[in-house]
Amino acid sequence: MFDDASPIFQQLADSLSDDVLRGVYAEGDQVPSINELAVFHRINPATANRAVSLLVDQGVLVKRRGVGMFVADGALDLIRTARRTAFTARFVVPLLAEARTLGIHPDTLVDLLRKEATP
Amino acid sequence: MSAAIEARSLTKRYGPVTALDGVTLSIERDAITGLLGRNGAGKTVLMSLITAHETPTSGTIRVLGEDPRENERVLGQTCFVRDNQRYPDEFRVPHLLNTGARFYPSRDADLAARVVDTFELPTDRDIRKLSRGQLSAVGILVGLASRAPLTFFDEPYLGLDATARMLFYDLLLRDYIAHPRTIVVSTHLIDEIEELLSRVIVLDHGRVREDAEVDELRGRALRLSGRMDAIERVTANHAVLHRNSLGVLGTAVVTATTDLADEAAAAGLTTEPASLHELVAAYGLHTKEVSS
Repeated sequence: MFDDASPIFQQLADSLSDDVLRGVYAEGDQVPSINELAVFHRINPATANRAVSLLVDQGVLVKRRGVGMFVADGALDLIRTARRTAFTARFVVPLLAEARTLGIHPDTLVDLLRKEATP
Repeated sequence: MSAAIEARSLTKRYGPVTALDGVTLSIERDAITGLLGRNGAGKTVLMSLITAHETPTSGTIRVLGEDPRENERVLGQTCFVRDNQRYPDEFRVPHLLNTGARFYPSRDADLAARVVDTFELPTDRDIRKLSRGQLSAVGILVGLASRAPLTFFDEPYLGLDATARMLFYDLLLRDYIAHPRTIVVSTHLIDEIEELLSRVIVLDHGRVREDAEVDELRGRALRLSGRMDAIERVTANHAVLHRNSLGVLGTAVVTATTDLADEAAAAGLTTEPASLHELVAAYGLHTKEVSS
């Protein structure tokens, strides 16, 4: 589940966001508690708490006192916007760098993308 | 952070050997703290001083706000499982279960039974005849089931196979969540346990090298790889912890700064965050390079 080196709380927050994006949890759904997350992922509960707090701060999750944690209304849009902003740095820049190393011209790259996108 | 343990300028010498050298640190209450470092870094000595198994040469130590030495109130809440923990001859697991109940009021019989069951500990043989792995399981039994507010494990996994170690981590985490308490674990198996820890103390030659949250350290250093001349240029003004080269290519583990990643990328180097394991190993190597 977790890679070697980046902060665990960040990776857990990303994975929970992914779950919302993929529809595992819909807006309004309850998500697992901090202790459940800690046991399932075998991580320190303080780390799980940090991941959840981050998502609460971002407006992805809401805490309801005494009830639990839920996916906030509008969470899907929030996550999608954030992911789109990060898309260039995460995917486009490395793709271009690899293409340059291999001598693939940007025009050829566009053709490749088009071809892959049409089934 | 509320501290369960506070050490100030703690030094322990054995004749000409300085095992701990002016250690100042505090250990958070109700957290799981990892004690990392090479053999001889001072991990066992530090735990022995905290639990009053040994007396410091100089410096002060406060456990739950008090001097732990000959302090029944503090030591009654403390459980220290050594890696080479000895038990009375003829002692069998059931003896241990009975004795534990007398020493630790917080001790849990159900949990003890679960640990015996999980590790399939024989109850009809003398403890001194058990295998190394079974002895470790006995230590885990004593440490976990005591539910002591302060529990210390010194390399609790010796001789345990991968499955048994996972069982230990699961038992530890589940019981800690149900009954939060201060737990200190010394270990070399950093990759296996780091996700269970909230804080980490790295000792090196009797001194504290790091005292931080795990997630803070997992980003503390970067591993640069690429052409060695570019690495030399980029890292000239940075703290290089470890360097390795293969002809014109090489890698360097470097303390991360705000500019480092950008400078490395501009020089055509690949950067990745160094793992905690890599960071701790690099500290050990670094000191060796400097001293030799």
